[in-house]
Amino acid sequence: MTPKARRWLFAIGMAGLVACYLWAFHGLPGFGNYPGPYGPEILSRAIPETNATGVVSAINFDYRGFDTVGEEFILFAAAAGMSVVLRRLRGEREQEQDHSPADEVMHRNVAPTSSALRVAALILVGPTALIGWWLATHAQTNPSGGFQGGVILASAFMLVYLSGESIAFRRLSPVHLLDVAEAMGAGGFAAVGLAAVVQGLPFLYNYLPLGQSPGAVSSSGTIALISFLVGIEVAAAFMLIVGELLEQTLLRREGSS
Amino acid sequence: MTVFPFLVVAWIVAVGLYGLITSRDLIHQIVCLIVVQSSTYVLLLGVGYVTGGVAPYFYDIGRRALAVDPVVQALALTDVVVEAAVTALLLSLAVQAHKRFGTLDPHDLAEFKG
Repeated sequence: MTPKARRWLFAIGMAGLVACYLWAFHGLPGFGNYPGPYGPEILSRAIPETNATGVVSAINFDYRGFDTVGEEFILFAAAAGMSVVLRRLRGEREQEQDHSPADEVMHRNVAPTSSALRVAALILVGPTALIGWWLATHAQTNPSGGFQGGVILASAFMLVYLSGESIAFRRLSPVHLLDVAEAMGAGGFAAVGLAAVVQGLPFLYNYLPLGQSPGAVSSSGTIALISFLVGIEVAAAFMLIVGELLEQTLLRREGSS
Repeated sequence: MTVFPFLVVAWIVAVGLYGLITSRDLIHQIVCLIVVQSSTYVLLLGVGYVTGGVAPYFYDIGRRALAVDPVVQALALTDVVVEAAVTALLLSLAVQAHKRFGTLDPHDLAEFKG
């Protein structure tokens, strides 16, 4: 199909979509007039029931915990799928130096990482890891949680790579350790849920002591525990994903140079 | 302007779809898909907004404060995670396509089929 024909077909489809969209939104309550019964109900129950002042976390890790198990395993499957898709093809070997493919194509000399970048990146590693850890462990009180914390925790390790220490990065994130961490995070979440079933309670029931007062770090029972496990899983999954992609820059087809 | 956020949603979808069909580069196409998906964040948060509501976190404000709907916020979080997973997988497929066929242009890639 020619690009022009594609555009025409797209215009026809868009016209239909716009018409359906306008029809769908006609008669909806306007912006700011949310009428749903579910949100206000949870807002009035969440704190007395779970002792978590972070209601979004209470929904994610308690009320809708079952969904979050699935969500976590989507990420788990994506990390596993990537290592299958990016398996080493026949005729690929690892390159000795770590030049990026773009640099090779252009046959240019790669400038070494500047000292300023290296120092700045390495200085940021500690604070970034601390923020990630704090977010992963404070889901029950503040706007945070395992997903956000895990990503930031993983980016602390990316900073090591950015500083040009790709060998140090590999030593810091050995794949088999990451695999174990990821499996422990994902399996731990399921295990917390199943432990409730063993006690004769519904799956993912919040059976741990809820703590004395809402807003304390030790409050909210399984919400805090699950958030922490999710943090580990997400950090490991993202390090695996980024590690896989970075490894591709070190691969080179045999015979290409 | 009570429909403005919903028009923004429609606009983001349209821009992303236009990019998807006209793109000549797989990486660019993946970014366009991310744009399409990001419209769902605006939609979810727009649907749940309550005029004058605060974020549903009660650490340092009163329990009875008017807050926006927390359920759609939790859904938006799920959305972000799924998007990250989908993007990672698509990027790795693009890497493999480039390795095998030496091009990232979907138009050229179609010719390798069959």
